[in-house]
Amino acid sequence: MRTMSVADRTRSGVIAEFPDAAAGTAAKPAAFETRELSVFYGKKQALKGINLDIDKGEVTALIGPSGCGKSTYIRCLNRMNDPIPGCRIEGKVLLDGMDVYAADIDPVELRARVGMVFQKPNPFPKSVWENVAYGPRIHGLAATRAELNDIVERSLQRAALFDEVKDRLQEPGTSLSGGQQQRLCIARALAVDPDVILMDEPCSALDPIATAKIEELIDELSGNYTIVIVTHSMQQAARVSDMTAFFHLGDLVETGPTDTIFTTPRDERTEGYITGRFG
Amino acid sequence: MAQQHIVKAFDDQLNALDAKIAEMGGLAESMLADAVDALSKRDAELAAEVVAGDRKLDQLEEEVNTLAMRLLALRQPTAGDLRAVIAALKISSDLERAGDLAKNVAKRTITIAKAPPVTPVTGIVNLGALVQGRIHTAIDAFVARDAKLAMDVWSCDEEVDQLHTSLFRELLTYMMEDPRNITPCAHLLFVAKNIERIGDHITNVAERIVFLVRGKLPERERHKEDESPYTEVRPFKKEG
Repeated sequence: MRTMSVADRTRSGVIAEFPDAAAGTAAKPAAFETRELSVFYGKKQALKGINLDIDKGEVTALIGPSGCGKSTYIRCLNRMNDPIPGCRIEGKVLLDGMDVYAADIDPVELRARVGMVFQKPNPFPKSVWENVAYGPRIHGLAATRAELNDIVERSLQRAALFDEVKDRLQEPGTSLSGGQQQRLCIARALAVDPDVILMDEPCSALDPIATAKIEELIDELSGNYTIVIVTHSMQQAARVSDMTAFFHLGDLVETGPTDTIFTTPRDERTEGYITGRFG
Repeated sequence: MAQQHIVKAFDDQLNALDAKIAEMGGLAESMLADAVDALSKRDAELAAEVVAGDRKLDQLEEEVNTLAMRLLALRQPTAGDLRAVIAALKISSDLERAGDLAKNVAKRTITIAKAPPVTPVTGIVNLGALVQGRIHTAIDAFVARDAKLAMDVWSCDEEVDQLHTSLFRELLTYMMEDPRNITPCAHLLFVAKNIERIGDHITNVAERIVFLVRGKLPERERHKEDESPYTEVRPFKKEG
């Protein structure tokens, strides 16, 4: 179904190329491995040689003050920085050992495998049903209308939205509430059967109840999907994530299990940020 | 962490919590000092004041609980701040128990003061001074966030245990010498035990301070020196 092949870019090959990466990879398989990842916007360096593994099936939260590089980092994972003029990327991003920036990778295929949800819900100006059906249709995932219906229903159910919209499938996606629209966007990402879902501040435009529903959904999806979430709410990072990575001024300062980061962080900058001591 | 919070009210609330703990520590220390002083001077009036003073300590503990609960609910503290709130909760309950034990010492002092003096209480006074000094140092360590000083307090509980064991032997001997000593000495045994228990609570406080500062408890096993549970003193056999 997917055209991308892991082929000769095996995980062991990666480790041979980056011997340091072998340490710490034994415990959990990594979905993403980033090695010495640097990003430049023109002359400005936004990320400075990031080495970070994103564990498979886990929820990883990226936190840090504005301009720290967390959004730049997450956008590297599915090549969303590609269209930005003057943007230059060094280092490696590996998805299951496959180089995401290799010449033979189709970014459109990559983004189906690595879905993304944004800060502001952005449903297409089409019906609820069309919003979800669009991806599987263009990727040829359904042979018949019935199959497509199944995918739409299953995706809406996984996004915990189906019961609320089952009688409104032909209404415009934009007629739903903000929280419902965000879950519709998650359903749209799920419809093409991704491995990874990237969420860039998915709740910052939502009220607390809608936020809680998204957080509950993240919890349900973890395990089956690898989730990477950028959030400005440290409480949200603490609530939803297994692992937390703290970025500051383009550096990855500290990463570790979320409970450790929020109770006994090692780095003073992490402590300063999560306790609200610098902005 | 020396740096201030962006939200100043957060600092104010954490400082208020620290101040309450320091106040509790000061009160527990003076309760113990007064109780032991009352014992050595056979001053029932002073002892009665100690008993009454325990209410203030209980009230302070409630205030710490209220402040800590409010901080947890409204500020959602993390990292060092979270450890400070948890430490305050646990330390306050240890200090409140220490106050209860000092009150017990004072209550028995009232009873002891009614009977004629039979045995010297120097050993108890020494034990009291030692434990009182540990309360003082522990609170200094808490206020200064000084884990090394807290470790000193933590380590010297052995000395308290050794003194307690020797007091236990001494009191048993007095009781064997003359059955009329049994009543006051039995009370003094409890007094010694109460003071030794205060020492244990201060050891807990010291552990909490180490955790607050370093994020982990002291690593090595503390050597326990209280031999009183295994101590026996046999009566002399009469010749002939």
